[in-house]
Amino acid sequence: MFEPAGPQAHLILQLWHLIAWTCAGVFAAILLVLVAILLRTPRAPMPAAPDLSTTDKAEPGPRRSVATAVVASALLLLALVVASVFTDRAVARMSLVDAVNIELTGHQWWWSARYINGPVSDTFTTANEVHIPVGRPVIFTLKADDVIHSIWVPRLAGKKDLIPGRTASLQLRADEPGVYQGRCAEFCGLEHAFMGLQIVADPADRYEAWAAAQRRPASEPADAQALRGRELFLSQSCAMCHAVQGTTAGAQHGPDLTHVAGRRELAAGTLPNTRENLQAWIADPQKHKPGTNMPSTPLSQADLSALVTYLETLK
Amino acid sequence: MAYGSNTGLWSWLTTVDHKRIGTLYLFTALTFFMMGGFEAELIRAQLQHPNGRLLGAEVYNQMFTMHGTTMVFLAIMPLSAAFFNFLIPLQIGARDVAFPRLNAFSYWVYLFGGIFMNLSWFVGQAPNGGWFGYAPLTTMAYSPLLNIDFWVLGLQILGVSSLAAAFNFITTIINMRAPGMNLMRMPMFTWMSFVVQFLLVLAFPVITIALVFLQFDRFFGTNFYTIAAGADPLLWQHLFWIFGHPEVYILILPAFGLVSEVLPTFSRKPLFGYPVMVYSGMLIAFLGFGVWAHHMFAVGMGPIADTMFSLATMLIAIPTGVKIFNWIFTMWGGNINFTVSMKFAIALVGLFTIGGISGVMHASPTADLQQTDSYFIVAHFHYVLFGGSMMGIFAGIYYYFPKFSGRMLSEKIGNWHFWLSFVGMNLTFFPMHFSGLAGMPRRIYQYDANQGWDTYNAMSSYGAYLLGFATLFLVYNMLKSWHGGAVAGNDPWGAPSLEWSIPSPPPDYNFAEIPRVSSRYPLWDVKSPELTTDVPHTREGEKRIDVDAAGQHVGGGKAIGNPAGASSGASRPTHVERNHKTAEELGIPMPYPTIKPLFVALFMVTMFSGMLLIHKDKLGLALAVIITSAMLMTGFLYAWLLSPLEPEHH
Repeated sequence: MFEPAGPQAHLILQLWHLIAWTCAGVFAAILLVLVAILLRTPRAPMPAAPDLSTTDKAEPGPRRSVATAVVASALLLLALVVASVFTDRAVARMSLVDAVNIELTGHQWWWSARYINGPVSDTFTTANEVHIPVGRPVIFTLKADDVIHSIWVPRLAGKKDLIPGRTASLQLRADEPGVYQGRCAEFCGLEHAFMGLQIVADPADRYEAWAAAQRRPASEPADAQALRGRELFLSQSCAMCHAVQGTTAGAQHGPDLTHVAGRRELAAGTLPNTRENLQAWIADPQKHKPGTNMPSTPLSQADLSALVTYLETLK
Repeated sequence: MAYGSNTGLWSWLTTVDHKRIGTLYLFTALTFFMMGGFEAELIRAQLQHPNGRLLGAEVYNQMFTMHGTTMVFLAIMPLSAAFFNFLIPLQIGARDVAFPRLNAFSYWVYLFGGIFMNLSWFVGQAPNGGWFGYAPLTTMAYSPLLNIDFWVLGLQILGVSSLAAAFNFITTIINMRAPGMNLMRMPMFTWMSFVVQFLLVLAFPVITIALVFLQFDRFFGTNFYTIAAGADPLLWQHLFWIFGHPEVYILILPAFGLVSEVLPTFSRKPLFGYPVMVYSGMLIAFLGFGVWAHHMFAVGMGPIADTMFSLATMLIAIPTGVKIFNWIFTMWGGNINFTVSMKFAIALVGLFTIGGISGVMHASPTADLQQTDSYFIVAHFHYVLFGGSMMGIFAGIYYYFPKFSGRMLSEKIGNWHFWLSFVGMNLTFFPMHFSGLAGMPRRIYQYDANQGWDTYNAMSSYGAYLLGFATLFLVYNMLKSWHGGAVAGNDPWGAPSLEWSIPSPPPDYNFAEIPRVSSRYPLWDVKSPELTTDVPHTREGEKRIDVDAAGQHVGGGKAIGNPAGASSGASRPTHVERNHKTAEELGIPMPYPTIKPLFVALFMVTMFSGMLLIHKDKLGLALAVIITSAMLMTGFLYAWLLSPLEPEHH
């Protein structure tokens, strides 16, 4: 099983070990008895007469064995239920002091994350890459925009569904810095396979620096090509779906791009975030993620290059 | 011409004989099993390497949806139905099912429903929402094409077939048992089938309601599953799994019944703990209705609900464990004969146990949160459905093929089939435990390399190819043996139950004289009377049984068995006996063959399929098709109901 990196996954792993070894032991015992009986029972020639001596007679030996096995398995099952309940309580009782609050919304097929800590002016939105501070609890408020999704970051916690019209909550904590791969675990349509989510656990100072950078609106482009790119962004269809804080683009139908250049991946884990990939993605998203809601944008090579240059400035 | 000929296409289209309908079920279901298997091979080919490019996202989603739907509704359930049809009347000593024409209707609805659903491939819009079809993904807003329409309508059609058959078998088992066959003398297969029919009757209405809601949402703009209109997003999930979990037992209990026939015969010893086996079957079915939400732990129902469903799920492990222990102790102290059928039955005991035990692992809500919707679950339920249901059905096929056809399946080819299946099945599904634990989610058409999944997926794919190859041995064996196999005789295995007392294949009337039954093992009483003199419940002297091993004997109460006879190779007949006295000669009224159930089924299916035209914006044409079909269906139904079932009794 996954190497746990936080208390939730760790507790579940402990429980899992208990259950798995118990179950493996029970199976080994059953298999042992089965094989022993198969080896020790005499072989019959086909027309052998049936042995009906047991028809109405009690078979005290086997009956005792079966009864013992039933009682033993009932006790083991009960023990597992108890262990499971206690683990569930321990998972639910993780301290939430000084927690980071993130509203995570599932969309077909990407994630938006709104950080709602402190005053409203501190709120910011990002997509598909969620940074969290190491050692501090995180409360995800889970929502869904369209169909049912499920968040699964195996090394940090178990799954939780994101259900349209409902609000759920998932609490976790990462105790070691690192990038934890997450994904949608509930089949949500065509591109369910490419609905990745990265949880990046940073040490406190790096996290604060990152969050501070995320709160800032996009910086003013420095060179002419990037400026032209921004004009294209705002005049073409891009701005109909995407937001870049600090510009007039404020739509929320697609990922917030205010700091898109700082992310590791494009389109929820579809492509690594490089200039070439970004260009290829904008030119023909349907080629890389068929069925994605983003249409191809007919742009000349020069325009495309300018647009990508602009997006590259959105660190 | 009261009875029609027994050969030719027309006789198959018009048959109301439960044995021929069972044979139709068997071959149709095996065909769908091969199709579902082919879909599985494509899935495995796609996943063999990271970033597979064989199938695109859309085709892959259609493939896994149709693989699941086909295997559940078009392969395993009807394979069980083949045995229900063929065996239940024979095992209880009846001449047919209670409603022979309804039985034919069930089959034709199944066939046309299966064809209807698979026609979706030809328009490139096969169902793509998963076999569980979660709303709101399956509503018009997110699935606007015909894919889900085919699925919804197809399942409704198949539900009609299952429900009609279930009522038929319940009536048959309650009313048509031979004199002396009280419930606690019924063969275990009939018992498990009896339990399954109640599961069908209670579970299918729930999915029917869920599907009616979805159908109305999709075709008539209602809002049962529209979140924006205030629908509960979990309504579908609850309804689906209230059906879906009992469905698991609908798939597995018939296989349990089959191995409960096979193990005693080849251990030369009665089933250990018969009454406990009966009660644990009932208990599994009963508890099966109280565990549905263990499919939904990730939605977050709260600790109380989670714990209740967890407890109920753990409880089911107890009667299931009892069954496994009892099978093992059936073999203990016996004399084992390792036929292919026996090997499959023993394989079920081992492999199903793996699936059952990994089921216990999901019963813990907390642990399940790491397992659910991962390949760990895929491994689990394939051990239940392939290691359990299919192994049991294979055991049943090797065991009962002689009764179906009058010919033995080749043991040599059968051994190839068994060992390749056994290795292939474990190679396919065991590594899935590990890919799941390494974090691989279900239903993804591509995955990146270097996540620790590559080796496991390659193993699973090779295993799947081997499994597909193994299945060809079964097909070859059946085709070859249907006419060319060794002649079986009445009772090639020396088995205890009534179906082995009559010729193979049985005459259309099954029993020339309805047998009287005085024990659970009527044939063993007859063939080895010296062994049963001590047995109190068979000590009724000459009166104890009327079963005649030749099926022709109508004499008064004296058992005329052939003790060594039918079971030894030496005295086995050399040709398949087909010149029995006819039912007419014996004065047995037999139902008339009729084509009407076929037409009722056909027009019911065309009526449903007319709805597709609504989404093609051809409302006029749709109405024409639906109304015409409905009128034809009703017409044929009346013609069916107004024509007599069988000649006047003499």
